[in-house]
Amino acid sequence: MGESLPRVHGGAQQHSDTLRRPVHTLRVKMVLLGSSGVGKSSLALRFSKDEFRSTSPTVGCAYLTQVVHLSNATLRFEIWDTAGQEKYHSVTPLYYRGAHVALLVYDITQRETFVRAQVWLKELEKQYIPGSTVIWLVGNKGDLAHDRQVPLEEGESLASNKGLYFIETSALSGEQVNELLQSVAHRVFECIGAQQGGLTEWQETPTVDLRHKDSFNLFASCCKVGP
Amino acid sequence: MKVSVDIRHSVQHGDGTKPDWDGIMETANHQEGEAAAVKIGDSPLESNQPADSLAASFSLLENHMFPDPVESNGSAAVSRIEPVNSQPPDVSAEHLGLDEKPPSDQVMKLDPEKTKTECQNDVSMQPADGTTEDDATDNDQSDSGEFVVTMLAKAKLEEQGIGVKGRSSPLLEAGTQESSSFTSHRDEDVTADSWRQHRKHVFVLSEAGKPIYSRYGSEEALSSTMGVMMALVSFVQSGDNIIRSVYSDEHTVVFLQKGPLVLVCVSSSRQSEQQLQGELLYVYYQIISMLTQASISRIFEHKKNYDLRRLLAGSEKILDGLLNLVDSDPSFLLSAVHCLPLASSLRDSLSQILQKAITPNLVFSILIAKNQLLTIVQEKTVIEDSRLEPADVHLLLNLIGASSAFQAGEIWTPICLPLFNPDCYFYAYISYLDPPECTVCLLLLSTDKEAFYSVAECKRKIEEAMMAQNSLSLIAKAGTYSVSQVGVSDLRHFMYKPFDVPDNYRQLTQFTSPEMEAPYSSEEEKMRLLDLYRYMHGRIHSTSRPLKLIYHVAERETLLAWVTSKFELYTCFSPLVTKACAITAITKLLRWIKKEEDRLFIRYPPKYSTTPNPSKSSRGGKSDQQDSTDNGFLSLL
Ligand SMILES: Nc1nc2c(ncn2[C@@H]2O[C@H](COP(=O)(O)OP(=O)(O)O)[C@@H](O)[C@H]2O)c(=O)[nH]1
Ligand SMILES: [Mg+2]
Repeated sequence: MGESLPRVHGGAQQHSDTLRRPVHTLRVKMVLLGSSGVGKSSLALRFSKDEFRSTSPTVGCAYLTQVVHLSNATLRFEIWDTAGQEKYHSVTPLYYRGAHVALLVYDITQRETFVRAQVWLKELEKQYIPGSTVIWLVGNKGDLAHDRQVPLEEGESLASNKGLYFIETSALSGEQVNELLQSVAHRVFECIGAQQGGLTEWQETPTVDLRHKDSFNLFASCCKVGP
Repeated sequence: MKVSVDIRHSVQHGDGTKPDWDGIMETANHQEGEAAAVKIGDSPLESNQPADSLAASFSLLENHMFPDPVESNGSAAVSRIEPVNSQPPDVSAEHLGLDEKPPSDQVMKLDPEKTKTECQNDVSMQPADGTTEDDATDNDQSDSGEFVVTMLAKAKLEEQGIGVKGRSSPLLEAGTQESSSFTSHRDEDVTADSWRQHRKHVFVLSEAGKPIYSRYGSEEALSSTMGVMMALVSFVQSGDNIIRSVYSDEHTVVFLQKGPLVLVCVSSSRQSEQQLQGELLYVYYQIISMLTQASISRIFEHKKNYDLRRLLAGSEKILDGLLNLVDSDPSFLLSAVHCLPLASSLRDSLSQILQKAITPNLVFSILIAKNQLLTIVQEKTVIEDSRLEPADVHLLLNLIGASSAFQAGEIWTPICLPLFNPDCYFYAYISYLDPPECTVCLLLLSTDKEAFYSVAECKRKIEEAMMAQNSLSLIAKAGTYSVSQVGVSDLRHFMYKPFDVPDNYRQLTQFTSPEMEAPYSSEEEKMRLLDLYRYMHGRIHSTSRPLKLIYHVAERETLLAWVTSKFELYTCFSPLVTKACAITAITKLLRWIKKEEDRLFIRYPPKYSTTPNPSKSSRGGKSDQQDSTDNGFLSLL
């Protein structure tokens, strides 16, 4: 599956909100999942600001946005970066329900994060309706290849066995990060955009979208603690 | 090694059953001689045995943490000489009232009348407790008599060598160390000297002795140390006593048990027990703010030896940040909030902006710049006649400061305000208004966990209104003020905390303080001044002999602390100031503060009504709880 990564074609560009075009803007909910410390927040920051900063562990959930222009649509990514802490874990199923995209992130230098990613996947499989969520397996910290504990092939084969997309990135160097977002944009638009009610349109001031019942019920969740 | 242990009976005594602390003290003193002294609640007869074992356990603890041979064979002579040596003679005088102690008392704790149970904490919620002072502003005269005593006390104090001024060198070391090794405490080698030399260690463990948090070094590496601590605690618990503090030559060990958590502070900072206990309480509250008290209790009821680190994973930095703030920010010492000085017209316009951007179940809107409060607007009914407690605000500010991740986007996170309600969550929306500088932060608290999008919409309204009024650039110009504005040449710094601003209007306790300027511009000197303030504060709030006024002539400065029914004031003068000058200066200062009041404090915090759905109110059974809010606060803190 790794080989079949959708390539970015010339027409796709990534811009900040200012360069919005008069085409439909569709909302895409993307959630980052994975063990603490694998680089979810760093990736999210790359996606939205193309920056790398040393971040502190995430508290609760961080919400970031980025607009991606495709040739025939504009996608407004609403990126949810979770804390990935156990105190939020018991409730995460609620959180990723209704997301269009899930990035399952692991750290290529920490084998147990790869194992954890598979646990996340199992939970995700319990929740998502096939076809409604595009799942990417993301091996991050590609710049630390010398400390690699998870071979590229292993990531690839897990992805192809499970029918996921796969990529290795480095939030630090920025390598493959933009490519990832572009690929996600294309893939989401292809898979979900065409579906009836797959993606909702974004308005300048989005009305509170709570009637959209099965979408994103993160907040029912973020918040209870249980052992 | 000298050790003294202070134990309190967990059963609170009524006034009638005041134990004879002094008698106990004496007994312990004689019995333990040079080895150890134990203060224990209740029966003096029983104190003997625990004293021995406790002293032994404590030696063990000290050996665990500080296995320095010099210290462990250290005789009394060592302990007496040390402070005297480290202090240049003839440099200090202080108004000590009748509170003199013989030199050997340094290792003994002689302020035993802590039977006032509400005084578990230094935090100065009660103005000069018990000592009702005549009206404040005009008693320069009456108090000036006390200055005379100062001179009399001078000689004694020199012998005594108490206070922090002579200890500058160890403090300096600790100060620099702390700032330089800020980032990687977790990996520290706990057997290294540098680890031992940290000025203040803080540990959190579960009742079952499981490590939960250590300020320096990883909890695993310290599990045996924590084990010894726990042994101490459970030993004392078995006798229905609660261990409170242990004193040795070099260290004060303070214990605080809150529910299933035991917090321990090992400090060489010479702070008072109450102050250290107050700091431990902040640590406890910060943990509560992340997990709630109810869920912590539930967890440990379920499973006694649960590893709470699983839930706190990733939150250590928040606790680290809190402890650094506690050491460096006097807000915690004063339990008051520092707001950014701002023209009242600007502050009012900001408040109005917040007041207009509301959504159902929004309960607090808080604007912060440079880590200080700009304004705070609250919902009418939620906090009808209770106010947001400073400690809750401190926790919020620390949360914002400790997580740079906040700067990356909009945050939505559950957060408990332990003093408001320790068992419920609020949902905090946090976002910076001035990226990429990220100095102006908006914090919106809702009781509705689903309200993210509507609360985020409030932010956009606020952003727009601030844009229209050019607020950001006005805020950017605001900042701390210089003490020179007061126009008193010898005055170097001060901290002023009114008990009610203004006119008995019950609201958030605040204090004002100028920037620390030369000679207190370096981190070391800042810390030294803060230590002097902490020392003065400790004396003012001493439970054994609270003082209303202290005139303290130190080596490099002269300090004056004064507490009245209306305010608490700490001032720092150049060393050459005379008493008369100091008095005049303070009169001038008070006049200046009065004049600047509108700029220095949030004076009339507005409210809004978002008619929260009562079922969603974070305060739950509000009506039953509201009455007890105040008492609850006092007994908790
Ligand atoms: N070398 C390297 N470090 C990274 C990379 N991404 C993140 N990090 C670092 O890994 C740590 C954890 O990153 P963070 O984004 O907070 O992880 P999260 O807990 O998954 O959100 C931080 O110290 C980052 O600086 C990367 O691609 N390469
Ligand atoms: Mg993160």
